[in-house]
Formats: sequence, structure tokens, C-alpha cells
Amino acid sequence: MSESWTGPLEKVNDFCYEIPRTYKSGMRVPGRIYANQKMLEDIRRDRAPEQVANTAFLPGIVKYSLAMPDIHWGYGFCIGGVVATDPDKEGVIAPGGVGYDINCGVRLLRTRISYEEIKNRIEALINLLFQEIPAGLGSKGGIRLAGKEKERVLIEGAGWAVRQGYGVERDLQFTEEKGALKGADPGKVSSRAYERGKAQVGTLGSGNHFCEIQVIEEIYEPEISKVFGLFKGQITVMIHSGSRGFGYQICDDYLKKMLVHFDKSKLPDRQLVCAPLNSKEGRDYFSAMSCAANYAWANRQVLMHLVRKGFAKFFGQKWEDLGMELVYDVAHNIAKIEEHKVDGKRKRLCVHRKGATRAFPPFHPDIPHEYKQVGQPVIIPGDMGRHSFLLVGTEKAMEEAFGSTCHGAGRLMSRTAAIKSVNKSVLARELKSKGIVIRTAGKETLAEEAPQAYKDVEDVVDVVQGAGISKKVCRMKPLGVIKG
Amino acid sequence: MRGYELLEHTADIGLRVRGKDIEEIFIYAAEGMFAIIAGTEGIETREEIKIECEAEDIEELLVNWLSELLYCFNVKRILGKEFFIEKLEENRVKGGVKGEEFDEERHLLLNEIKGVTYHNLRIEKKGEMWEAEVIFDV
Repeated sequence: MSESWTGPLEKVNDFCYEIPRTYKSGMRVPGRIYANQKMLEDIRRDRAPEQVANTAFLPGIVKYSLAMPDIHWGYGFCIGGVVATDPDKEGVIAPGGVGYDINCGVRLLRTRISYEEIKNRIEALINLLFQEIPAGLGSKGGIRLAGKEKERVLIEGAGWAVRQGYGVERDLQFTEEKGALKGADPGKVSSRAYERGKAQVGTLGSGNHFCEIQVIEEIYEPEISKVFGLFKGQITVMIHSGSRGFGYQICDDYLKKMLVHFDKSKLPDRQLVCAPLNSKEGRDYFSAMSCAANYAWANRQVLMHLVRKGFAKFFGQKWEDLGMELVYDVAHNIAKIEEHKVDGKRKRLCVHRKGATRAFPPFHPDIPHEYKQVGQPVIIPGDMGRHSFLLVGTEKAMEEAFGSTCHGAGRLMSRTAAIKSVNKSVLARELKSKGIVIRTAGKETLAEEAPQAYKDVEDVVDVVQGAGISKKVCRMKPLGVIKG
Repeated sequence: MRGYELLEHTADIGLRVRGKDIEEIFIYAAEGMFAIIAGTEGIETREEIKIECEAEDIEELLVNWLSELLYCFNVKRILGKEFFIEKLEENRVKGGVKGEEFDEERHLLLNEIKGVTYHNLRIEKKGEMWEAEVIFDV
């Protein structure tokens, strides 16, 4: 597992390398990894490229088994993987291609506040938010779902939260899928998933999930930034969370259901277990996964509400008066039915994005009217010591990558290795000297999530920009971070 | 060596377990999983929960057994200290866990395990001993 990968990677261009179909018999399409020469060394350090080759075995896969530059080893699918399958050609849906944290994703809020206004008060603001936002292992939220209410969350997603008073209708316009996937069927959800999820709406979770106060420190595309309401020196807030225990249980339930039909001779790894989209198991999983995706959108909507409430309390003003509008919300662990071009023809495909973000171009019908001219915002969180990026989707992402791009920095070091090698007090001092305030719920979170445990997100973003599948809009620096 | 050790992974945590028979594999794997979830100090055996599950083969049975224990923790908040097997066959295990409900004052949680994965899952005999590997999504 820790040995390096020595298989073939043929250069397509400076930003893309191919694993030929001939590498392993059983690959239905070639693999393609977006990366530059410098990153390949790190990518070869674990077995992630082998996983790109393995997912090329999936029935009905079209064009390529793709991986984004933040690729790293996952179980089954690699993290950073994009796989599209054709339902008309016995294409499958794979719970492992979405992952346990269904609709893990990120949202970005802007404010009217400038860095100059709050530079000396970040610590007090973070302390207040840390009180308001339930974070960490086993934390519970203030909402209990019972009876019909729980079904409404699963069907209406972020819309349910808005109708409960956690936000406003226009927030939904700026959420991928307007905050709810259609086709969610609560009848396909086990009682165990309900039990695991009932107290977790409005909780951040643990590990790499976070809520971060940031400042925009660099603008690359002034015109596009204007459309998103962003300017240099502006305070923004980023929230990263998912479907919590509810989604984990759905993944687990359906892996087990599908394993009954698993055929070792056809797929190289049990974790790739899947079912045709046009089968009962496939359809049931899609309906249950949609419930979890909607749960996650409701969760991020409630978290955003807690952030707005915290800011309102801190500044003694309404959040509306502080200009706390949602820029956008993206999912980065999900499977979606989308239309894409294959051999010149438009086809409905099932696009799996596991640690990858949708990146639709200007004029795509699924992006908000206000953003039509510029494309869909793509939110790329970095580690807590460096920076995060806002990108937009492009036509080339549509042509080459099923409208997809990267999702974050990508881990470089295991959690245990980080705990062993990172000196927490040195790191805390370093972050403090950079003007970054950190509050963590977990004892080891600071070391596990240390900047050195991650790739530099700038390298990742430069590759997707170089490849033309996204465009950099602006860069944000963390000021205050809450980690679970 | 009998017992468990943690495996290094970029994004996840794995366990390598060794035992004199499969029963020990099941017990050490459960101990290892709870050592990932929480500090083992201060857990007492105040409650007992019985577990019974089935699977297609012995490897999947190990995952199901661990998933059941994980469920006990996630929903009933039971931290396991001692594990026991009453009956173990190729497709079925009957056993349980002794432990107590998580108490913020006395117990320390370490990691959230999202799921027990099937990736690189194996149980095999090595010489006189049995060895297993299992990976958790954390």
C-alpha cells in the first residue's frame, strides 16, 4: 500500500498523462490523470494511479477514467476520480464512486466587511462562532428530526432549511441543484441511516471539515469577481461539511446490498461493487444517495445560518446589512445524471465525482442566471495555513472532463504520520505569526490537518488552469479556522 | 505477535490483525477498531450487547461484524472494551461486546470512522497464524 506505482503514464500534454488501456486486461477505457511533471512524483508515491486503472473496468464507462491533480489513494475509487457511465450501455452506479460522505461539499459566503475593519478582532469572532457551531466528534445539533419532518429534509434539502427559517429563498438559487436532487425517495433509506442522522443536521463534523473566515488577497479575474460580488481585502466565509452519519450509513447499506451480486472475475476490487443504473439496486441506491445529498445541502444551509447569526451577534447588525450573501455551494462527492457529448452525440450519463467538483461553463442551463456570462463558481478549499481558491468552469471542462475539475489540496501524509511528525506547539506558533487563529474540537486535529500534511493547493489549481478545465478567479487567505 | 497494529494510509486508517485462529482475528480487529475510535482508558464493562450477523464469506463477515459494532457505538454510543464470540462459522457470527456508554467526562474520542471498507480486505493463514487486513474510512 505504501509502495510506489511504476505503471505507464504517457504524456498527453503538459497537464495530462494517460494510462493506456493495454496496461491491464479488463480496462474498458484508458485512464487520464491531470497533473504536471513535478506532481507526478507525489502521485506515483501511492497506489492511486492503479485505482484509476481499476475504475476503468466499470461496465458502461465512457471515454476515460479520469483523475484530477489532487488525486490521492482512496479505498476503491481514488480521491479526485471522475467516472461517467452510460445507462443505455449497461452503465453502472457505484456507491464507492461517491464515497461514504455523500455530498460532502463547500460553500462560500461573501460579506460587506473589509479586512481592515476586523483585523484586530478575528480571535473574538472565531471564539463566538466556535460557541455557535457544533463541531467535533459526536457533536449534536440543535435540530431533531421526527416524523414527516425527516422525510421533508430528504426530499427538499436546503429548501427545507430555508422554509424552517434557516436562510432565504435566494440562497437556493446559488446552490448546486438548487439544494435538492430530484428523485430522492425516503422509502429507500434504512432506519439505521435515520438513527445515525437524526441529531446531526447543523453539525460540522470532524477531521477535515471546517468553517473558515478568510480575506480575499488576490484577484485574477476582476470582471468575473465583480459578478460574484467579490473584491480584494473582502472578508469571506467558507464552510466544508457533508451528510454526516446519515450518508455514511447509506453508502454502507448499499455496498452490502450490491455485494451479493459481486463478480470477482469482472472487477479487481470489492469496494468497486456497483449495479446497473437500470436495475432495481441501481435505482434504489440513486434514490437513497439523493436523500443523503439533500440532507447534506440542508446541513450546510443550517451551518451557514449559524455563521450569519454569529456575525449578526458579533457586529450588532442584521446579517443582510452585513451583506452576507451566498456566492455558491458545490458538491464534491456525488453521482449525477447529466447531459454530455460522447462521439459528437448528446447523451445522458451518470457522472461520479469522488473528490471532484462540477465545473460548468458560461451559458450552461444549470447555473444561476446571474452567473450565465461567466460560468459556475468552483470553490477549492486549501489547507488551514495557506490559501483557498475560487475558480469558474469552462467549455473545455465540458469537452474533456464531463464538466468537472479538482476539489481541494489532496492529502500528502497520513493522519498518523502527521501526528507523529508535527509539533503542535510549533505549528500553533507558526500559524499565529501568519495571523491565523485556529480552534479545533479534536485533540489531534491540529496535527492531522497541518499544512504540511497536504499538497499545496496552488499546484493543484495551476494544473486545472493550465489544462483549461477551470479558470482562477481569486485567492483567499485564512484568518480564523474552526475544525471539527 | 498476536493482536493488532495500525496501518499507514494517506487518507484512511487500516488495521493488520494477527491471531492463532479466526476467532482471535475477529476479537483483535474489534479491539483495534475501538482503539481508533477512542482512548481505551477508563472504559468499563457495564453493559453487554449481543451481535449476530451473516455474510457471503468470512472476509465480508469480518466487515459486517465490525460494522455492527460501529453501529452500536454510533447509535447506542457504546464504547467497547471486551469482545466475545459464541459461535463462528464461515457465513455467520454470534457474539457481542461489553462496554459502556460514552461519557464526555471520562472518555476521549479520537477519530470518526465513517465506514468499514472492503478495499484490500483479506483474511489468510500465514504459517501457524492467521492474518487479516481491513481499512476504515475516517
